[in-house]
Amino acid sequence: MSDAILSVEELQTHFFTRAGVLKAVDGVSFSVGKGRILGLVGESGSGKSVTGYSILRLVDAPGKIVGGRILLKGKDLAALDPEAMRRTRGAVVSMIFQDPMMTLNPVLKIGTQMVAAIKAHVKISTADARKQARDALALVGIPAPDERLDVYPHHLSGGMRQRVAIAIALLHKPAVIIADEPTTALDVSIQSQILAEVRRLADQTGTAFVWVTHDLSVVSSLADDIAVMYAGRIVESGETGAVLAHPKHPYTAGLMASVPSQAERGQKLVQIKGSTPSLAHLPEGCSFRPRCPRATDICKTMPALLPLGDTKVRCHHPIVEHAS
Amino acid sequence: MTKAMLSIDNAAKRFVTPASMGDRIAHALGGPDRTQTVHAVTDVTLTVAKGEVVGLVGESGCGKSTLGRMISGIYAPSSGAIALEGTPVAKMAGKRIQKLTTRVQMVHQDPFSSLDPRMRVANTVSEGPVHHQLVSAAGADDNVADMLVRVGLDASTRRRFPHQFSGGQRQRIAIARALAMQPDLLVLDEPVASLDVSIQAQVLNLFLDLRQQLGLTAVFISHDLGVVRHVSDRVAIMYLGRVVELADTVPLFDRPAHPYTRALLDSVPKLGAGRGAFSAVAGEIPSPLNPPPGCAFHPRCPFAGPRCSVERPILKAGDNTPGTVACHLYDGGT
Ligand SMILES: Nc1ncnc2c1ncn2[C@@H]1O[C@H](COP(=O)(O)OP(=O)(O)OP(=O)(O)O)[C@@H](O)[C@H]1O
Ligand SMILES: Nc1ncnc2c1ncn2[C@@H]1O[C@H](COP(=O)(O)OP(=O)(O)OP(=O)(O)O)[C@@H](O)[C@H]1O
Ligand code: SF4
Ligand code: SF4
Ligand SMILES: [Mg+2]
Ligand SMILES: [Mg+2]
Repeated sequence: MSDAILSVEELQTHFFTRAGVLKAVDGVSFSVGKGRILGLVGESGSGKSVTGYSILRLVDAPGKIVGGRILLKGKDLAALDPEAMRRTRGAVVSMIFQDPMMTLNPVLKIGTQMVAAIKAHVKISTADARKQARDALALVGIPAPDERLDVYPHHLSGGMRQRVAIAIALLHKPAVIIADEPTTALDVSIQSQILAEVRRLADQTGTAFVWVTHDLSVVSSLADDIAVMYAGRIVESGETGAVLAHPKHPYTAGLMASVPSQAERGQKLVQIKGSTPSLAHLPEGCSFRPRCPRATDICKTMPALLPLGDTKVRCHHPIVEHAS
Repeated sequence: MTKAMLSIDNAAKRFVTPASMGDRIAHALGGPDRTQTVHAVTDVTLTVAKGEVVGLVGESGCGKSTLGRMISGIYAPSSGAIALEGTPVAKMAGKRIQKLTTRVQMVHQDPFSSLDPRMRVANTVSEGPVHHQLVSAAGADDNVADMLVRVGLDASTRRRFPHQFSGGQRQRIAIARALAMQPDLLVLDEPVASLDVSIQAQVLNLFLDLRQQLGLTAVFISHDLGVVRHVSDRVAIMYLGRVVELADTVPLFDRPAHPYTRALLDSVPKLGAGRGAFSAVAGEIPSPLNPPPGCAFHPRCPFAGPRCSVERPILKAGDNTPGTVACHLYDGGT
């Protein structure tokens, strides 16, 4: 896609541990356009966070990016020296974490930390920086933003802290924000306030989001596009509506069927058999094979992520709907 | 109506948080008293019939776990009474709380911290029943094997330690441990909240199976409305320590009456609802240290009128409400 702000191409991030090489991210590709939200979904351990950290080049030993390219506005991030990468972080691409205290300093007032964050990237007077900070808080829907500048993080509720973290991520109007499960620990009422705000921000400011979550329902209402990860690889991707209306990968279909609201009340839920595989002991071929109801011998070879209709799927026997 | 297994009568739990040392000295010297009282649960009345599953729903901090712990006898109520077929489940003896019955068992939210990491599964499951002489020491091993098989684990895993199991398997072990006590009532506090959906489905299916086989009576706590709708016969919606709506599951989800219940149902993201389908409850969750006067929901309620900020609504049935509801809209207007 030519108008992509962020494209990730065949990204590989591996962990070199005593138990062997863990291929946490193994050939992940996707792109996000201006003002669009990509939902990156998958179960615990599927490699969502490591993908996010890799984009920001925040992977530490024993982990290492061993392959692929990350293009931000067409520029290859691997070509940046550490200082240029530091300037890019925050200004061009920033991150929101599940725990807002990863972003916030508990002993500094909200205003103090926001002013410092602004001044780290632009030459500006403290008064002007304070005004920008105030406007950023108002932008994410925080009531009485002037007063909030003078409080400490512990004076705020979890939902408010997460909004402040989002406001900080937005300070330099980055082109892309990577959000790693930022609403997972919040109540549904607060979550829906934040999701509505994020949707509005993407539409108004043109910021692109990669929204990491394990919750398909969140993706369904928030994201333009979806990428489903399983054991370090994307197994299905496409426009959210198209993927969720007719999931073609047996894993996506299984995930959707196991959501209680999809089932008749009190009836047994559809269950994906077995459990998430350990990266140290992946089966040969398709990683989903031991749990897959459609597996055959050919699945002992790895399928490629290929276009099928208007979405892409990595499966030898995708679920295709027969016209009746 | 069938006989009540559990009866909760006007139960309340208040936590007094002690003031800091500095505040205490200031108080002794004539300053204000800074001890604070958290009204975690206030005047909850609820019965659970034999064989019934009642869901308990509400936002973080609304008092679900506290009520669950009172039902299990882990906390004694500050006022009111909680009894299982007429027997109180806890009493306060001096400063120590005494659990009066083993007939209520609780399964906690976090399968990673609720099991003793140094104890083999067999001991985890058999410790309680052997101690309470529900099984003999000689029969303990067979009993453990039975329980593990019942929750879908291989009996040969009983020599293992908790870290050798996945999250879903650990939650099964916690359920096996509770079931081994042959409880009359099970309190499940967010049993699937920390699990992935595919694993969540396994644990919910296990619960549905056990319910059918054993006719379990249970209180099922969750902030996930989809989960509660799926497993409960009746649902109690809590807001800031009080039950604000109580009704049979199907009519409650079809036509919720309380403005908070409606807002809560609207804010759940739904699969297939389409992009941008948000409808958020305005405002923040208020603090139980200083609950708003009148109806505690009034600062966030789109229907609030003058009466709402001064008079507390009473939980009762209104015209065409699915059950009982605490809201002036159904009781003479706001
Ligand atoms: N520092 C590390 N050392 C070794 N392995 C690691 C390290 N960090 C991550 N991994 C492995 O990489 C894999 C992917 O982890 P990642 O955190 O990306 O998963 P995730 O999809 O974000 O899961 P969750 O939903 O639980 O956050 C996991 O199997 C994990 O064990
Ligand atoms: N031991 C305690 N001492 C003081 N306050 C407490 C104690 N236990 C709970 N509280 C307070 O009582 C209120 C209700 O807490 P509770 O844990 O019952 O809520 P909950 O509905 O289970 O919330 P969550 O969904 O977050 O688990 C909260 O404000 C909490 O801070
Ligand atoms: S490739 Fe085979 S095993 Fe893998 S998901 Fe498709 S059918 Fe199942
Ligand atoms: S009593 Fe008033 S404020 Fe409370 S829920 Fe009803 S209408 Fe809203
Ligand atoms: Mg993660
Ligand atoms: Mg709780």
